[in-house]
Amino acid sequence: MSERTAPSAGRSEPPLLVAGGTLVDPVAKRTRRADLLVRDGVIAAIEAGISEQLPRRGASTIHRIDATGLLVMPGFVDIHVHLREPGFEYKETIATGTRSAVAGGVTSVACMANTRPVNDSPAVTRFILERAHAAALAKVFPIGAVSLGLAGEQLAPFAGMFDSGIVAVSDDGHPVMDAELMRRALECAKMFGMPVIDHAEDRALVAGGVMHEGAVSLRLGLRGIPAAAEDVMVARDIALAGLTGGHLHVAHISSAGSVRMVRMARAAGIRITTEVSPHHLWLTDEAVTAYRTNAKMAPPLRTEGDRQALLEGLADGTIDCIATDHAPHHKDEKDVEFDCAANGVVGLETMLPLVLRLVEDGVLDLPTAIAKISSEPAAVLGLPVGTLEVGRAADLAIVDPAREWKVDSAEMFSKSKNTPFEGWTMRGRSVLTMVDGRTVHDDRAPQPVRGAAEREVRP
Amino acid sequence: MLFARPHLLGLEGLTAEEIDFLLDSAESFKEVSEREIKKVPALRGRTVVNLFYEASTRTRTSFEIAAKRLSADTINLSASASSAAKGETLTDTARNLAAMRPDAIVVRHPSSGAPDLLARHVDCPIINAGDGAHEHPTQALLDLLTIRERKGRIAGLTVAIVGDVLHSRVARSNLFGLLTMGAKVRFVGPPTLVPPGFSELGAEIVWDLHEGLKDVDVVMMLRIQRERMNGRYFSSLDEYSRLYCLSADAVARARKDVIILHPGPMNRGVEISSTVADGPYSVIMDQVTNGVAVRMAVLYVLVGRRKAGAEQGEGAVPIALAEASPRRAATGE
Repeated sequence: MSERTAPSAGRSEPPLLVAGGTLVDPVAKRTRRADLLVRDGVIAAIEAGISEQLPRRGASTIHRIDATGLLVMPGFVDIHVHLREPGFEYKETIATGTRSAVAGGVTSVACMANTRPVNDSPAVTRFILERAHAAALAKVFPIGAVSLGLAGEQLAPFAGMFDSGIVAVSDDGHPVMDAELMRRALECAKMFGMPVIDHAEDRALVAGGVMHEGAVSLRLGLRGIPAAAEDVMVARDIALAGLTGGHLHVAHISSAGSVRMVRMARAAGIRITTEVSPHHLWLTDEAVTAYRTNAKMAPPLRTEGDRQALLEGLADGTIDCIATDHAPHHKDEKDVEFDCAANGVVGLETMLPLVLRLVEDGVLDLPTAIAKISSEPAAVLGLPVGTLEVGRAADLAIVDPAREWKVDSAEMFSKSKNTPFEGWTMRGRSVLTMVDGRTVHDDRAPQPVRGAAEREVRP
Repeated sequence: MLFARPHLLGLEGLTAEEIDFLLDSAESFKEVSEREIKKVPALRGRTVVNLFYEASTRTRTSFEIAAKRLSADTINLSASASSAAKGETLTDTARNLAAMRPDAIVVRHPSSGAPDLLARHVDCPIINAGDGAHEHPTQALLDLLTIRERKGRIAGLTVAIVGDVLHSRVARSNLFGLLTMGAKVRFVGPPTLVPPGFSELGAEIVWDLHEGLKDVDVVMMLRIQRERMNGRYFSSLDEYSRLYCLSADAVARARKDVIILHPGPMNRGVEISSTVADGPYSVIMDQVTNGVAVRMAVLYVLVGRRKAGAEQGEGAVPIALAEASPRRAATGE
């Protein structure tokens, strides 16, 4: 996209044609060869053979992107991201976090409320949106707190935050232990059509644990967190969702028991959706061996049996979507005793290849796998993104499915480097990411130039 | 060299040959402590730092005596993990110490895995003197040595480890060491302190003390930490004692030639009755004596070879002892 011409007269940019690629449609659940025309940041046409018709009339004013051999997908939607701003800018900022997102093909993120100050007021919500607008990279959808200060005592102002732009409420990282407060949150959020996103861990059962409780925690002498700590909260919240008719979204589901209960609850008609993280899909508690703090997160990595249950849940639709729980932490917060290390891992830049691996392994077909990171998560939060449809914003991830690369945290765009996938060989990468028809990440050249995209996106 | 590892972080993963080598070395060092002048120059000019983030009398003293009998200089550093949390990180402390070029750092820390972390950041040998609920390899080595001395073998024996296994690094190190050496391990205690997951690690799990001691060759009692008996893991110390105090009655269930070990410090009348602790089966004092020999061996094997190791080769221990014999020196004069 570097061949952008001098500022065009008026507001309209020259149309842009993505030609020769294979479109992956997550809604129709199919792939097809077609060209895609973008006009004024919106998908104007999707048809086979536009490339033959259009260039004849006004070839000079049409930008053409050759997508031959590439997959054209809706930009990905990650509904569980910690952008850390305001308050923890040493870990990540809205600018670096959304830069990391677009590098992974993610064009929309929903960001959690555990900032400092907490996003429990319209002012903080507006601040986040202003910063996101200034960064002009991925679209940012703030999630408000359930309780003031995430303290679990008093509801946050849902109405004011909703008017300022929140799309859901969550005390993520701080389980809502008070069942009555959770009940009231589900009731109130219902008025705004927002889900309550549940960090399902019973703190009493977590009891200071730092990893999954099982043979590995016993071997390492680390205090364990039983899977039941998640199960009892999921059970409680299913009951509360049934009571209130509110929309419960279970974040980062990790245990076989929870998957089973969600499946039953959905069959019973309770309004419950779920997400799973790529690290819970691909790693088990064995990853903690040698006290690797980049394998420490909440909920913890569990057993192979749990992992298989998550894959099944994903395949049968019990689990709606995949979300990274991108949780940047500074090196100093990870390079310490395992007991003291911060919980969480970064994930935006490694999500796509880990999802493509599901296709390779026959867990999901390609359009379904992509739906799990585009249309499905968008549907969970009711966001107008994540599909390839005429009239929708041209948020695109143009993916080279064959591109092999090795995870090297030093090369990541995120400010933090806490990935558990260091050194993994990945296949598949978004080589061109667009938001509203603007290129925000261009990795088509063999040697990506860092920071190039920031220069390009200036309006 | 039969033990080529740079550190001693735990017994998990060591081979039977490596453990045998350490035990053989310890056996040959025992003699030094029997001498009138209990010192050999094996580690003369070497510095051993004892970095203790947790209170310890027995282990620290034992390491210090071991180092001194090898003529090493010893520095004892007691740091409280809480004050360290406020200021310097563990890795910074270790880097600072490493910059002073010690020849080994002996570390005890309340967090499992702390020695592994240190080993990644410094280039001198790290000896784990107990980390959280993870491992206490020198304790298990001295237990193995005591068992081997008394029984003539380890393979084929059945060892009952009784008490708070969940929080015990001694139990874990012994489990790994004993299984590697071919013994059977039985964990005996209530389900709150002996969770069933241990069976996946190769231990047999028995809740009942009398049943657990049936036909065992060795009983290893673990210290009950009073602070754990807060009504969560068990109702009270009395209640625990009612079920798990090692009485003469319980010992009668074991084989006639059973031996009884305890890593100390003992809670008499709580987990072990005085009759048993002071009785004929008790080898607790042997353990303490062997502790010094084992730590001498570990220090010697990890430190002694660092510069001269290549020339000394596999016969390192006997050569050192021959060179070092003060008796011979005495006759020479």
